[in-house]
Amino acid sequence: MEHIKELLYKMADDLLVIGHRNSEWTGLGPILEEDIAFSSMAQDKIGHSQALFQILHELGEPEPDTNAFMREAKQFHNAQFLELQNDDYDFSTIRHFLFDHADQLRFDNLANSSYEPLAKVARKIKGELKYHVFHADIWLNKLGNGNEESHARMQTALNNAWNYALGMFEKGDYEAQLIADNTFEGEQSLQNRWLAVITPIIEKANLKIPAEKDWEPVLGGRKGYHTENLDQLVNEMSEVFRIEPGAEW
Amino acid sequence: MINSLDPRIAREQINEDNTIAPLTEMDQFETYEVFHQKKRGDQHVHVGIVHAPNAEMALLFGKEQFGRRGLSVNIWVVKTSNVFASDYDDADIFETVPEKQYREAGGYKVMDKINKYKKENKV
Repeated sequence: MEHIKELLYKMADDLLVIGHRNSEWTGLGPILEEDIAFSSMAQDKIGHSQALFQILHELGEPEPDTNAFMREAKQFHNAQFLELQNDDYDFSTIRHFLFDHADQLRFDNLANSSYEPLAKVARKIKGELKYHVFHADIWLNKLGNGNEESHARMQTALNNAWNYALGMFEKGDYEAQLIADNTFEGEQSLQNRWLAVITPIIEKANLKIPAEKDWEPVLGGRKGYHTENLDQLVNEMSEVFRIEPGAEW
Repeated sequence: MINSLDPRIAREQINEDNTIAPLTEMDQFETYEVFHQKKRGDQHVHVGIVHAPNAEMALLFGKEQFGRRGLSVNIWVVKTSNVFASDYDDADIFETVPEKQYREAGGYKVMDKINKYKKENKV
């Protein structure tokens, strides 16, 4: 089951970390309605991560809260892309767009996984993921086609995000096994589908994907190599839990 | 610097004398009225208002504000400025004159007939 655990851990950590980062906008969002929508989606991400930690628990790993809050940054398997600071709403929106499309496509594939517990979660959260992607596409389009400033900011954010985003598709040690037993299509196939889906949406938003010769995926996150941003995030996220780990809330 | 217990605020390193620009007219988006439908075939019912720059985003926000508890199958949004409303000064048009009770169903005395019929036919 090690190959399935690896897959579950990277997904659960991606979702936990982006869920926490996005929740940092709560109360600070651009307008009330967007603040509520973005916060609500951040909560969804945490919920999805919890469902995956629950499966891990059933496979013998620590129980979900302990797993989420008691590990050190170097034990996390998320892509570095997701731990970066929110910066401004332009970067957060671009990350939301790039990650959520990958997330939706990944779960979409896993809905037909031979590993039934994961397939079940994937089918259950389908509607939420659809909304997340709607939301991301509409914002990308509005800001990309907005005024000169919004367009310039979105293009800059996309340029800065791109190589980190490619790092989401870093292959793990069990890649071949996951593909062979029909658990998961594999990162390369996912990345290809992702590119095919996001390219026309980015073009419609009047933005440009950086030239392919400059693509250099930022790798390492899946193996526990992270930026200092993750230390800050994990400390802040776990602060309350670590005061009294066994407490009933 | 503003020293907040909220790390998100502390990170912003905001000066104590930071002044927020005063509100100007129209610095908010237009409002849209949101209607939701609980199940197919039901009437859409008004549930509230959202600010949004266009109808597409109003739908996006309307879903999260009012439809996130899974009680809706569909929502409508309508620009508030497109709604025609009666005037509260004319609220008296809804007042019913008491002498018009003959127009209400309660005005018909039929119970006697019904009871007579029931008795005769042993219903």
